[in-house]
Amino acid sequence: MRTLLFLLRKEFLQIFRNKLILRMIFALPLIQLILLPYAATYEMKNITLSVVDHDHSEYSRKLINKFTTSGYFQLTDYSETYDQALDQVEKDVADLIIEIPQGFERDLIRESETKIVIAANAISGQTAGLAVAYSNLIIKDFNNDVRAEWLPQSRFNTIPVIEITGSNWFNSQMNYKKFIVPGVLALLVTLVGYLMSSLNIVKEKEVGTIEQLNVSPIKKYHFILSKLIPFWVLGLIVMSIGFVISFIVYGIYPEGSFWIGYLFAGVYLVALLGFGLLTSIYAETQQQAMFIAYFFMLVFILLGGLFSPTENMPDWARYLTYINPVSYLIEVMRMLVLKGSSFWALRYHFLIITGFAVVFNGLAIWNYKKTV
Amino acid sequence: MNREVVIKTDKLTKKFGDFIAASEITFEVFKGEIFGFLGANGAGKTTAMKMLIGISKPSYGKAQIAGFDVYKQTEQIKKNIGYMSQKFSLYEDLTIKENINLFGGIYGLSGKQIETKSNELIIKLNLYKEADKLVGSLPLGWKQKLAFSIAILHEPKIVFLDEPTGGVDPITRRQFWDMIYEAAHNGITVFVTTHYMDEAEYCDRVSIMVDGVIKALDSPAELKKQFNAISMDDVFLRLARGAQRGD
Repeated sequence: MRTLLFLLRKEFLQIFRNKLILRMIFALPLIQLILLPYAATYEMKNITLSVVDHDHSEYSRKLINKFTTSGYFQLTDYSETYDQALDQVEKDVADLIIEIPQGFERDLIRESETKIVIAANAISGQTAGLAVAYSNLIIKDFNNDVRAEWLPQSRFNTIPVIEITGSNWFNSQMNYKKFIVPGVLALLVTLVGYLMSSLNIVKEKEVGTIEQLNVSPIKKYHFILSKLIPFWVLGLIVMSIGFVISFIVYGIYPEGSFWIGYLFAGVYLVALLGFGLLTSIYAETQQQAMFIAYFFMLVFILLGGLFSPTENMPDWARYLTYINPVSYLIEVMRMLVLKGSSFWALRYHFLIITGFAVVFNGLAIWNYKKTV
Repeated sequence: MNREVVIKTDKLTKKFGDFIAASEITFEVFKGEIFGFLGANGAGKTTAMKMLIGISKPSYGKAQIAGFDVYKQTEQIKKNIGYMSQKFSLYEDLTIKENINLFGGIYGLSGKQIETKSNELIIKLNLYKEADKLVGSLPLGWKQKLAFSIAILHEPKIVFLDEPTGGVDPITRRQFWDMIYEAAHNGITVFVTTHYMDEAEYCDRVSIMVDGVIKALDSPAELKKQFNAISMDDVFLRLARGAQRGD
C-alpha cells in the first residue's frame, strides 16, 4: 500500500509537470465540444438549387417559392436549359435541379396532372437522398395547396387521406446537438483513458526507467494500479469538464442521474485503461503505441455510432459494435442525457462493460512481466 | 578462504534460439568484493547480468544471489540488490529529491530514513543548489553519481553496475570509483561491467568474457602474471582478439 502511494505520487508529479498534457486536458473537451456538434450535423439547411423554369407561370412561381421558403433550399440560379443547370451541378454550384416543363400550369388545370423533373447530385448519397425526400414533401404540400384552392367549398373529401402526424420522443425538437454532445463526451473519456495510459507506459520502456522498476521489489499490481489510477481520475475530470461545457454552451444536462453516468464511466475507464495497458505491453516504442492506438481509436469511433447510427450498418459491422466498448459508452451517455434511463434499464450495458474490464485487465496482468 | 559467498553461479546459460548469449558461466563473488565483469561489446555481459538480477530467466544452469535462487526467488533477490543500468534510468522529469523519495519508498525505507539519507546524499554529492532541480538538467557525470547513490540507498547486499562510467570524463570517473570503494568498504559487494581496462585494475578480481564464455578469472595482478602482460589492456587484447562476435 505504501509502495503504491509512492508510485502514485510520482505519476501525478509527472503528469502535472507536463504542461502540454495538462493544457490539452482542458483544451480538448472545450474545443471538441464546441466544434464537433456544430460541424458534424446531419440536418441539411443549405441544399443549393438550380431551377429551369420553361413555363414562367403563376403556379410554377408558386412551386419555386415553396422550395425557397422551406428553409432547406437555397436558390443559386435560374437556368435556361437543363444542360445549363447540369453545368452548375458539375461545377458543384448546385446540388439539385428542378425542371418545370412548358405547359406545367396548363396541364395542371386542364388535366389535373403534370410532371416535373428533379435531379440530384448523388456524389454524396446521403445528401441526394435527403434532398429528394425534402423535395417530395414540398411537392406534396404544394399538391395539397392546389387541391384546397380548387375545392374550397367541398365539405366531403372525395379522396380519403391518411395524414401522419409525428411526435418525436426524447428529443422533441430533433435537436441534433443533443444527440451528438453525449457522443463527444464519450469520445473524450475514451481519448484520455486509452491514449494517455498506453503512451505513458511505453514511454517508460523507451526511456529505460521501467527496467529500474522491474529490478526493484515492487509488486506487479503496484505498478499496474499506479498506472491505472491517475488516468482513471483524469478521465473522470475530463468528463466533468465536458458536462460543464455542454451545459454552459448548449444547455444540455443529463435527464437521468449523474451518478449512473459517473459509475458507468468509472467502470468503462477501468476497461479501457486495461486495454491501454495491454497495448503498451506489446508496443516497444511510443511510435508503435501511437499507431496501434490510432488504429483502434479510429475503428472504435467509426463503428461506435457517434456519427453514423449503428442501426444503419450491415449485419457484420453491427456484430462488430457488440465487441466495441466505445459504442456502449456512447449509447449509455445518450440514454442518460436524452432519455434519463434508470440503472435497471442500463443493466446489460453495465454487465457487458464490467466483462470488458475484467477481460482486458486480466489479460494485461497476465501478460505483464517483470522480465525482459 | 572462508569468506561469505554472495553470488554463486553454476553453468548458467542463456540461449536465444540457436544463439548462445551466455554459455555455462560459473563463478563466485565474495562479500565486500569489487568484481569486474569484463568483455567486448556483444560478449554477453549484459545478458549474464540480467539473469543475475532476476529480470531474465536462464535457459539452464544454477545461480544464487544473496542466497536466493534466480528461478524461484527473483523477488527476494530484488529486495537485496541495487542496480544501475547502462541506460540512465532515474526519472528526468522529477527533481533529485523526488527521485530519492521514490526509490527510497519503493525499497521500503521509512519516511525518516528517506529524509536522513536524502540529506546525507545531497551533502555528499554537493548538490544543495540542485536538490530541487529536475534530474534531466544535470550534467551526465552528476547523473551517474546520483544514480549510483540511489542504487545503494537501501543498503543492498550487492550492487550491479552495468557500464556505469560510459561517456563520463576521467575526473568524474575517478570520483565515481571512490564512491565504489566506499560502498565496498561498507560491506556492499560491487559487481561492475566495464570497457575501460584502467578501471579493471581497480577491481579485486575480474572475469573476462569472450563470445559468451568466461575465458579468464582472477585478480588483475595474477592475470597479468599469467598472460605475461604489462597491463590489463594487454591481457584483454590477447583474450579478445580471437572473438567472433562484437560490433
